Amino acid sequence: MTALPAYALAATTTVGNPTLNIAIFVTFVVITLGVVIKVASGKKTAEQYYTAGGAFSGRQNGIAIAGDYLSAASFLGIAGSIALQGMDGFLYSIGFLVAWLVALLLVAEPLRNTGRFTMADVLAYRLRQRPIRIAVSVSVLCVSLFYLLAQMAGAGGLVSLLLGVSGETAQNLVIAVVGAVMVTYVLIGGMKGTTWVQIIKAVLLISAAAIMTVWVLGKYGFSLSDVFTGAIDKAKASKNPATAKAAENLLHYGTKYGKTDLAKIDFISLSMALVLGTAGLPHVLQRFYTVPTARAARKSVEWAIWLIGGFYLLTLVIGFGAGALVGPDAINAAPGKQNSAAPMLAFNLGGSWMLGIVSGIAFATILAVVAGLTITASATFAHDLYKEVFKRGQSTQEQEVKMARIAAIGIGLVAIFGGMLAKSQNIAFLVALAFAVAASANLPTIVYSLFWKGFNTRGALWSIYGGLISSIGLIIFSPVVSGKAADPKTGLSPSMVTNAAIDFHWFPLDNPGLVSIPLAFFLGWLGSKLSKEHNAQKYAEMEVRSLTGHGVGPALDH
Amino acid sequence: MSNTAPTDAGDRYVAVQATPEFQALRKKFRGFVFPTTIFFLAWYFLYVFLSIFAQGFMNTFLFGKITIGLILGVLQFVTTFGITFIYARWANTKLDPAADAVGAQLDGMKGH
Repeated sequence: MTALPAYALAATTTVGNPTLNIAIFVTFVVITLGVVIKVASGKKTAEQYYTAGGAFSGRQNGIAIAGDYLSAASFLGIAGSIALQGMDGFLYSIGFLVAWLVALLLVAEPLRNTGRFTMADVLAYRLRQRPIRIAVSVSVLCVSLFYLLAQMAGAGGLVSLLLGVSGETAQNLVIAVVGAVMVTYVLIGGMKGTTWVQIIKAVLLISAAAIMTVWVLGKYGFSLSDVFTGAIDKAKASKNPATAKAAENLLHYGTKYGKTDLAKIDFISLSMALVLGTAGLPHVLQRFYTVPTARAARKSVEWAIWLIGGFYLLTLVIGFGAGALVGPDAINAAPGKQNSAAPMLAFNLGGSWMLGIVSGIAFATILAVVAGLTITASATFAHDLYKEVFKRGQSTQEQEVKMARIAAIGIGLVAIFGGMLAKSQNIAFLVALAFAVAASANLPTIVYSLFWKGFNTRGALWSIYGGLISSIGLIIFSPVVSGKAADPKTGLSPSMVTNAAIDFHWFPLDNPGLVSIPLAFFLGWLGSKLSKEHNAQKYAEMEVRSLTGHGVGPALDH
Repeated sequence: MSNTAPTDAGDRYVAVQATPEFQALRKKFRGFVFPTTIFFLAWYFLYVFLSIFAQGFMNTFLFGKITIGLILGVLQFVTTFGITFIYARWANTKLDPAADAVGAQLDGMKGH
C-alpha cells in the first residue's frame, strides 16, 4: 500500500545522538520487563494467559487498545505523509478512527457476551465447531502474520533512521532483539504483562504527541492556519521545483489519490478495508476478552475512540508542523524519508533529548504491537487448533498453556526471520492487506453470526475462505506485487518484485477490498441459503446471551 | 465451551427468546445500532467520495488557510466522538436496565 510507506533504508547521515536513543529505548525495555515480571506472579491458567482472566477495567483496556492500535505506521507514517502530501495523509487517519464505531456498535459487546478465549469462540458458537475453528484459525494466522511481518520489517528500517546504523548485520540484530524481547514479554507476562506494556506505551506515545503538538502550536501563536501557512511557505522555498510548485496543494485533497480514475477507485477500495477491517482484526478483538463484562467492553471502546481520535488530531498538527519547521527538503534528505518527519520535528523542537525520547517511543510502539499480535496468534493456535480441533476439547489447561507458549516462540522465530528477509522488500502493503483480509474473511462472518438467524456453517466457510482467497489472490496479481513502472533513476519497480521485466499483474488496483469484501458478504449469504442446517436452540442461546450477557464468566459457564 | 450445554438450559433460552420482553430488547438494540451504523458509514463514504470526486468544492478556502475539506474532516471526528458519547449514554441508561430485566427472568427460570 502506498499509505503506510516502507521504512526506506538509504541511511547515510542521522541527527541526534544514537547512543542516547538506544539508552532511552533500553530504559523502556528494562522498566516494562520489570513491570511484566512483577504482574506475572503465579502459575497461569489458559484464561490468564489469553485474556488476563478478564480482570482489566474498561479504562485500562481502552488505553491498552490505543497502545495496540497506534502502530509505528500510525505515528511515523501518517505524520510523515501529512508533512509531505498534506491533507491526503489526513484521509487515512479518518478511516482508521471511524472504523471504531463498527467495533463499538456492532461487535465489542456481543462478542464479549458470547465468547471467552478467542474470536473463533463466537463464530463457532452455533455452527459446526471443527471446520469453523480451522477456517478462522487460518484467517487469524494470516492477518496476524502479515501485520507482524510489516512491523518487524519496519523495526529493521527504523534503526537506520533512529540509531544511525545502516549495515545489514546491525539491522538483523535489531530485528532479533525486538523479536526476543517481544517473546519474553509474552512468555513471562501472558496477556496481563502484554497489556501493561501496551498501557505504558500508549501513555508515553500520546503524551509525547501532545507535547509536540502544543510546542508546534505555541510557535505559531496557537493558530492552526498559521501552521499551514508556515508549511506552505517552507515548501515554496524548496530547492526541488516540483515541491515548490505543489506547495499550495498541501491543503488540497487529491494530490495523490485524485489524479486518475484508477487511483480514485483504489482509494475507495482502501477506505472500505480501513473502515471495515478494524473490527475484524484478531488482536483488537482479543482485547475485548480482557475485561469482565460487555459493559466494560463498551467502556473500553469509548476510551479507545477518545484516545485514538485525539491522537490522530495531534498527528495533523505534528505533520504540518514538521512541514513548516523541518521542511520537505530536509525530510526527503533524511534516512527513512517521510518516516523521519516526526523524529526530525522532535529534534527541531527539543534537540537530541526530545529526539531520543520520540525514537525510544517509536521502538516501544513496535514492541507493544508485535507482542499483542503474538499473544493473539498463539492463543488461536493453542486454543482453536490444538485444543478444540486436534485434541477435540480433551486437553488439560497445562497442555494448552504449554502449547500456547511453544506457539509464541514459533511465531517469534517466524517474525524474526521473516522480518530479516522482508526488511529490504517493498512490503508496506502488508498492513493494508491485513486490514483487507480482516474486512473480507473475518468481519462478514462476525456480523452474520451475531445478527442473522439464517447463517450457518456452509455460509461461514464460504465467506471466510472466499474472503481470504480473493483478498490474498487479488493482491498477488496486483501492481503491488509486480508490474509497476520502473523508477527512471534506479531502474527498479516499486512493486514487491523490483525487476520491472517481471510483470504478472492483471488486477488493476493496489487494494482488493472493493471486490473481496462484497464477495465475502455475498458468499456468506449464498452458502447459508444453499444449506438447510439451522440450530434454533443454539441460535436462541447465542442471541439471548449476546444481548443480556447471561452466562458470562466461569461461574455460570455450563 | 458451550456445545455441551444441557438441554433444559437450551430450552430456557428458546423460551426467553420468545418472550415479548426479549423481543422488545432486541428491537430496541437493533433500532439504535443499525440506523446509526448506516448513518456513519454513509457519512464516511460521502466524505471519501467528495475528497476524490469533488476536489474543487473540498479545496475551497473558508477562512485563513482552512478549507471546507478540513472542516468536513474534523466533522468526521466530531460525529465519531458524538456517536460514541450518545451511544454510551443511551446504552448505560436505556439498554442495560432492559437487558438486566431479561437476564433476571432467565435466572428466575433456573430454580426448577
